Amino acid sequence: MLNQKEILSTIEMIDQQHLDIRTITMGISLLSCCDPDPKRACEKIYEKITRYAENLVKTGEDIEREFGIPIVNKRISVTPMALVAGASETEDYVPFALAMDRAARTCGVNFIGGYSALVQKGMTVADERLIRSIPEALSRTELVCSSVNVGSTKAGINMDAVALMGRIIKDTAKATEAQDGLGCAKLVVFCNAVEDNPFMAGAFHGVGEAEKVINVGVSGPGVVHSALQAVKGRPFDVVAETVKKTAFRVTRMGQLVAQEASRRLDTPFGIVDLSLAPTPAVGDSVARILEEMGLEVCGTHGTTAALALLNDAVKKGGVMASSSVGGLSGAFIPVSEDEGMIAAAKAGTLCLDKLEAMTCVCSVGLDMIAVPGDTPAETISAIIADEAAIGMVNCKTTAVRLLPSPGKKVGDTVEMGGLLGSAPVMPVHPESSAAFIARGGRIPAPLHSLKN
Amino acid sequence: MNAIVTVVGEDKVGIIAAVCALLAENNVNILDLSQTILHGAFTMVMAVDVGGSSASIGELRTMLEDLGGKMGISIRIQREEIFDAMHRI
Repeated sequence: MLNQKEILSTIEMIDQQHLDIRTITMGISLLSCCDPDPKRACEKIYEKITRYAENLVKTGEDIEREFGIPIVNKRISVTPMALVAGASETEDYVPFALAMDRAARTCGVNFIGGYSALVQKGMTVADERLIRSIPEALSRTELVCSSVNVGSTKAGINMDAVALMGRIIKDTAKATEAQDGLGCAKLVVFCNAVEDNPFMAGAFHGVGEAEKVINVGVSGPGVVHSALQAVKGRPFDVVAETVKKTAFRVTRMGQLVAQEASRRLDTPFGIVDLSLAPTPAVGDSVARILEEMGLEVCGTHGTTAALALLNDAVKKGGVMASSSVGGLSGAFIPVSEDEGMIAAAKAGTLCLDKLEAMTCVCSVGLDMIAVPGDTPAETISAIIADEAAIGMVNCKTTAVRLLPSPGKKVGDTVEMGGLLGSAPVMPVHPESSAAFIARGGRIPAPLHSLKN
Repeated sequence: MNAIVTVVGEDKVGIIAAVCALLAENNVNILDLSQTILHGAFTMVMAVDVGGSSASIGELRTMLEDLGGKMGISIRIQREEIFDAMHRI
């Protein structure tokens, strides 16, 4: 029998520490929608998404009501669209994004991911067409998210794609200038992208996945922060144990919700993503967890070590609590979406170089960082190359989601609203990387990729 | 199917009576009940069986929230599995 203390501790986590299920994401394969006629392909895409995900939002809401646990987002991820659109005889891929957007609206989800291309070793004609259409696609849709994988530990880094993505990010910012370059918040550049990530903007349904699948992303920075407040001043062994126990509980809840959603939607359960995903709300911050470990402000010396411990302990605690762990699973450090990170960036303590170091040990990368609107495309490409190199050499996922908001300068703030939050514009190094990016070609895979 | 009802708020006359009456009207059986004053707040936890009730757990939730709203306290009902998942291996 459960005791009163246990029951009330769960209620307190939900009410006061922002414990929630961050997302239930249904992955849908669109490979069956390939058609030489682009119009027909778009019809098939709309029809299949709306048929499979018809009850996704309602099921999420039902589970939320019955279990009393908030499920913040219901989302859809699809097969990388370059693979589907490539079968059609057309050079214009924007209608495919419009079909995704329409389907997402009909289903009532708040994002759909998969306007994507995987080009780590080279670009097909379709990949390049899709990438070049991203600025227009993101400016003409509201719910579509886009991602491009430019590198992997196995393949190396496609520097032609890296160079192209710098320009695409700039063009996307310009195409969505009226909204402060909001389109860039829905565009992420990966190295070692995973095929079962439930989180946006990087979610897509990999080709190795089943016909459809339910993936769940949990959250809970506030719960971890609160648990650490009870062990002030104790050694790091105690800190790690405390994080592990907390992550275990949070993940068990995620597993329960994932199984329930899978059963009700008659869709196989894929994975639980253990990520600690922050929101701009006070008390839901990863930065504040790091500060609770004894750092005056996130970004000061010691931050990387603190994040390494946190990222590892979250995984160790969570892995025993779920039958299948996947996605990105670790600690996210999106600057604009984390109240503590925003404060640290505004104070000048958290800078781009420190964030880059932190991405060596966190679960993703340079995320939701505003940079000056006049940052050259080559500088953005060089930032992507640095980040991809960290991912490639360390066999981990890294990503770049930068916001070069037109007209914004260091000291300004980019406001995106809602879960996307607001980001103070950070300085980038003014020295040029143009000649470096102009080389193109491919950075070879590291020696330790040769494992066979 | 078992569920957990929790009531938290300022202590006043008739909380237990009102909650129990609503549950009885909907044929919800109370399996266990514990009540205490925690940090000055009235706190009650009930384990209930909703298997015999004609109302769904979602409908019971709405009714209990309405009652809580009228009495100025927080009343919620949640399926028991969520607590089992978090606190039992």
